Amino acid sequence: MMIQSALRNPLIKGKKTYQSITTDILDPMRSKPGSLWYIGIFISASALLLGAFMIFWTVWNGIGTWGLNRTVGWGWGITNFVWWIGIGHAGTFISAILLLFRQRWRTSINRSAEAMTIFAVLCAALFPIIHMGRPWLGFYIFPYPNTRGMWVNFNSPLLWDVFAISTYFTISLVFWYVGLIPDIGSIRDKIKDGWKKTVYKVLSLGWKGSARHWHRHEVLSLMLAALAAPLVLSVHSIVSMDFATSIVPGWHTTIFPPYFVSGAIFSGFAMVLTLMIVTRKALNLQDYITVGHVESMNKIIIATGSIVGLAYITEMFMAWYSGVEYEHYALMNRATGPYWWAYWIMMSCNLITPQLLWIKKLRTNILFTFCLSIFINIGMWFERFVIVVTSLHRDYLTSSWTMYKPTIVEVGLFIGTLGFFFTAFFIFIRVFPVIAISEIKSVMKSSGEKVSGGKVPGGKAQSEISQSGNSQSDKTQSDKSSEKE
Amino acid sequence: MKEYWKDLEAKNGNPVQLPDESAREDNSIFSMFDDLKEEGFASRRDFLKLCGFSFTVAALASCQTKIRKAVPYAVAPLEITPGEANYYASSFMDGSDYCSVVVKSREGRPIKIEGNPASGISMGGTTARVQASVLDLYDTSRFQDPLKNGSTAGWSDVDAEIKSKLAEISESGGTIVLLTPTIYSPSTEAVIAGFQGTYPGLEWVQYDAHSQSGMLEANLISFGVKALPDYRFDKADLLVSFGADFLGNWISPVEYTKQFSSRRNPDKEMNELIQIESNLSLTGSNADRRIQIKPSEEGAVLLNIYKDVAKEVEGISVAAPASPVDISGVSKQLLKAKGKSLLISASNNKDIQLLVNEINQLLGNIGETILFDNYLRTHVGLDSEMSGLVERMKAGEVDALLVYDVNPVYHWVDPIGFAEGMKRVGMTVYLGTAPDETSELAGYICPVNHYLESWNDAEPKKNIFSLMQPVIEPIFNTRQFQDTLLNWSLAGAGLLSGDEEDVVAGFYGFLNAYWTEKLMPLQAVHMNPEPFFDHSLREGIFEPEIAAGLGGDDTSGSASVVDSGFDPASGFDPLKLDLGTGSGSGALEFALYESIAMGSGRQANNPWLHELPDPVSRICWDNYGLISPKQAGELGVSSGDIVEAGSMKMPVYVQPGQAYGTLGLALGYGREICGPVGKNIGVNAQPILRKVNDNVLYSGWKSDISKTGETHLFAQTQSHHSMEGRALVREAGLKAYKEDPAAGNEMHTHFEEHKGSLYDEREFPHHHWGMAIDLSSCTGCANCVIACQAENNIPVVGKEEVSRVHEMHWLRIDRYFSGDEEDPEVVFQPVMCQHCDNAPCENVCPVAATNSSSEGLNQMVYNRCIGTRYCNNNCPYKVRRFNWFNYTEAGAMSGNLRDKAEMTTDLRRMVLNPDVTVRSQGVIEKCSFCIQRIQSAKLSAKAENRGIKDEELQTACSQSCPANSIVFGDMNDPKSEISKLMESGRRYNLLEEVYTKPSVHYLTKIRNKNT
Repeated sequence: MMIQSALRNPLIKGKKTYQSITTDILDPMRSKPGSLWYIGIFISASALLLGAFMIFWTVWNGIGTWGLNRTVGWGWGITNFVWWIGIGHAGTFISAILLLFRQRWRTSINRSAEAMTIFAVLCAALFPIIHMGRPWLGFYIFPYPNTRGMWVNFNSPLLWDVFAISTYFTISLVFWYVGLIPDIGSIRDKIKDGWKKTVYKVLSLGWKGSARHWHRHEVLSLMLAALAAPLVLSVHSIVSMDFATSIVPGWHTTIFPPYFVSGAIFSGFAMVLTLMIVTRKALNLQDYITVGHVESMNKIIIATGSIVGLAYITEMFMAWYSGVEYEHYALMNRATGPYWWAYWIMMSCNLITPQLLWIKKLRTNILFTFCLSIFINIGMWFERFVIVVTSLHRDYLTSSWTMYKPTIVEVGLFIGTLGFFFTAFFIFIRVFPVIAISEIKSVMKSSGEKVSGGKVPGGKAQSEISQSGNSQSDKTQSDKSSEKE
Repeated sequence: MKEYWKDLEAKNGNPVQLPDESAREDNSIFSMFDDLKEEGFASRRDFLKLCGFSFTVAALASCQTKIRKAVPYAVAPLEITPGEANYYASSFMDGSDYCSVVVKSREGRPIKIEGNPASGISMGGTTARVQASVLDLYDTSRFQDPLKNGSTAGWSDVDAEIKSKLAEISESGGTIVLLTPTIYSPSTEAVIAGFQGTYPGLEWVQYDAHSQSGMLEANLISFGVKALPDYRFDKADLLVSFGADFLGNWISPVEYTKQFSSRRNPDKEMNELIQIESNLSLTGSNADRRIQIKPSEEGAVLLNIYKDVAKEVEGISVAAPASPVDISGVSKQLLKAKGKSLLISASNNKDIQLLVNEINQLLGNIGETILFDNYLRTHVGLDSEMSGLVERMKAGEVDALLVYDVNPVYHWVDPIGFAEGMKRVGMTVYLGTAPDETSELAGYICPVNHYLESWNDAEPKKNIFSLMQPVIEPIFNTRQFQDTLLNWSLAGAGLLSGDEEDVVAGFYGFLNAYWTEKLMPLQAVHMNPEPFFDHSLREGIFEPEIAAGLGGDDTSGSASVVDSGFDPASGFDPLKLDLGTGSGSGALEFALYESIAMGSGRQANNPWLHELPDPVSRICWDNYGLISPKQAGELGVSSGDIVEAGSMKMPVYVQPGQAYGTLGLALGYGREICGPVGKNIGVNAQPILRKVNDNVLYSGWKSDISKTGETHLFAQTQSHHSMEGRALVREAGLKAYKEDPAAGNEMHTHFEEHKGSLYDEREFPHHHWGMAIDLSSCTGCANCVIACQAENNIPVVGKEEVSRVHEMHWLRIDRYFSGDEEDPEVVFQPVMCQHCDNAPCENVCPVAATNSSSEGLNQMVYNRCIGTRYCNNNCPYKVRRFNWFNYTEAGAMSGNLRDKAEMTTDLRRMVLNPDVTVRSQGVIEKCSFCIQRIQSAKLSAKAENRGIKDEELQTACSQSCPANSIVFGDMNDPKSEISKLMESGRRYNLLEEVYTKPSVHYLTKIRNKNT
């Protein structure tokens, strides 16, 4: 028998049954989309089209259409790249690391966070590719045997990036898909015959919910989690090395890997919050994504945000303590140079405002959290802008100092990736359950309540209680019950 | 069972005949496998093989690249070995600009101009404009045929018409005027004499785009010579220059830079330069002391110097107004350096020049630093003659005007007057290369050759000769000026010794005969004309060691120096001289100057020159009004504001070091009739020019300026002007240097003591190429920038791209200011790829497109580059350049070309160096240390089974440097010059604290100052 802790609040609210969970979560998918959905996808798809045109424009005319120049070789492109990669950190962090730490509240948010990761990594991956002068020769970056006898340069962090990001993307995608399989099975069973059913049938890989299936599913999930967990740390560490291994003042910093990883989780959680707060409202999932979830995420935000803040202050200290005039100038230039506003937006959004989350009233306030998450998204974008642009535009030789201003093409590309991200998300909520049905059933409160209430309503429930300690068989049961329904 | 039969053979039991073998071969594509199969039929495997083969062939055929046909020589020219360059000595002559050059030609195309080291005048140096002149040959806007009233005509028709008209005018006693720039070619002078003989009464007026008329008149009075003297900057310990930008544009800048920089070595006797000027010129930037004056103050300052000098030397006292600026010590220094000083002024005011002559006379400089034995012949134009011509043209007194190679409708002080006058001339003939404001008004256009298509000779200084030879057949239907004149002359008219048959041989024969008759006797080595001429042609120069004049053709009288015209005893009163130049009213005085890139504007359609940043302002593709920061503050204008000055609108640029109360503006811009590249670039400053005492004055006219509220975008390649306290350019005063050769370079000592690496240092067992740049002698003249551009096929990107910081120059000259913004000290620092031994660019490239050679070169593999630009970010010197757009049409895509300067037309492309890859869109490029030259030197050394000699290795920048500031060589060779410079206490590396270990070394700048 499971002992219900009196200290913990239930992870999901409302009197849910296995059936109601399934219907609650699948209903938005089965019903016709509302006008809000149409408006949303229209706007985001328009943005996506704009981005597609800008990609064409860039490739056809050349990188010269961007605002980059002799001194500032990277600008918005790389800023966006790092920003998107950072956003792509939350999903796998929630799925893998929180899974390993047995944080079961993650079940409400892991599905959409993982989807978000995949879309964000796709957005990120766009930039290094179109950012090349000759993207059509981008395959040179892969170490494949060739008759030219050419080989890649394993000393270059850009090459590490290729491996880090592609590995991360692959693992994230597989992890997401593996997690989806039981839910796809449920959808397949709910849906009427038609081409959609065929698609779900194929995607479900013949899921039957048998104990053997569940067993293998669990083992695979755990193994993938173990594989993915270090990747969460490695991918942004390696992205940070794009900067840290250089000699550019402001980039050449040993604290970059942990600083970037915590910054990535920080921004990833902020983006998850932004999306989930809207989604729970729009899809009526307040019972599943509760204030408790929001608070838990806010706690992670304040932890990672403080690490990021510490890194900012460490940079200041090192600029002074190292005695290197170029480093010193790079920092002074960030804070007081022509891009001072970017630095102070970064500081106020990332270091100062998240500290308000120490106040419980604020971190349990949905509206405040939503606003704050937007702040952090903006602040983290500016963090990357500050690192990329303000370090480059005034480096060693003062004769080469110059300014950088993005062109409409770069802005359009960024809007385009936002468009892709939201378009993909809008489609995602129509085709897959935004909450992992099978997983959330494992944290369903009903059984515990029944225990503490001391009533044993019936045989069916009895059997569930007896098995509730075992999540695996619990799921089997739930699946079976859903099948019956 | 019942038997069914198909045909009779089957019925009769005969075997069914297969189609015969040969028919099958014809029909079957499988026959190729016959050898493998008994029956000759292909198996399934063979079928698949064939399919695979067909697919491959089809696929290969479909991705075939564009076929470009190479046409071999039907008859191979004797001198040309494909792949090897030929070099021909020649002479650059463009108006009054002269330089002895060596032309590099590949497969019959001239592609690069080098200085001719044999020349005693230019001594192997060039200017940016000389370097760029090869591109003018391939100017798309050139006249391609003779024109009559704007439509194409044949030479024979044009010749016949002009000849008959000239004869008609001549017979009826009309006036024919030939207007040319100063002709300092002796044989051309003879041709013109013959032409004059043919048409009696033909007048010949010589006219210089930038007039030195005032000095010519003054010299005639002072010394009895209507010529500019032979200045010897190398013999002067003290130079005092009033606005003369002798390192940039003044008279003979290559020669003067060579002479000046030879005295900038702090280990030898260093000269001192005091520059007194309004605009911050290139020369002023290099001055040890710079005094700012308004143009109108020049006379007063000179008088004060004269007062001191006259008092000291002759013991007479002259009244002089108080000097408007602090010139304390200048007179004392001049007197201390008597006979070893040089005072010059760029003023075109005769009276100023008289005073300058007098001071030099008193200082004993005549005959020491100012010589007349080999006086300059490049400027003889008198403004009074030109004024007279314009008046007569306006009065309708001129019946025919032949204009050769000058553009008075643009350059003359009264362009409207000249244009009106031209309309009243019965017949106007223009002989020039490309359309300009004057040709627009001419009835006949007889296009002339570019100098690289022409024969000619030159005598830039008395008794110093050089030859010009064609290195390519005329590209268009053009004919050189001398041939045209010979054609229009009577056969044999004015020819030497009656060699009438030379007319048939054209000007080449004439030239040959002239040299044989007139010049061969001046030497004793060659007794026969042919070896003499061939030898001179090979050398490019002929500098006989004689002092006497040539006699007959000497029109300027005796070269001997007579006494100064103003003897104080005979009542010379300096106060009666008209020294004030100020005129009009207004707060600002105009100070017009010629820019380093554009000069007088003759090469206005040259994209290389337009894209060359001005050494001081670092702005290209423009001219602009220069005002001092104080003035800008008072007027409330800032750089880029468009102001109205007089009737002109111009953008202003706030220039530190500009004299307060002056408005600088470059001449040579704002061309309205010109090829597409130079059209309407900048504003035309010519209308501001005025005449005083019949001489054109370039400065001193007053004007107010007012803000219009409009703004202008500059293409400026350097926007930050301070070193921010970083030790980028290290400098010291001469005194400190004498005490400690490492003065100003203390950081280097500190660095050498503390340097170190975790890794093993790289070793270079064979060669280790390196470069040393002496910042003391470098004047910042920007010649190297164009030399590099010509050598390495560097694209031109246009004004808009430069303003977006997309310029492509591999070699740039950084310019920093220090001290007071009203009176800054200036330093120049050429920066190219530093070829680091620990190159930060190399380890960050993901595809290994940039790497180190075993000889210390940092190499760029264009084919491999995918354009991540990380190398550029990680280069602390920011010397890498990215092809932001398709500038060259060398890339994978077409249809997205961005060529603002016609550089990808077939004609312009002829200038490309075939040894250097033209880079495509999306790749990084940078200085290669002219690896093609290193490779070529290595190959020839190998072919001759010897080592490379130090002197045979020159990069484009080091070869043409007029100041000899750049030394290139093998640092592993202990005897090389670079190895010696490596030992200097002045040596340091740029950003050595980053420990990139550059192969480019800098020598500290030493100023001749008592600090």
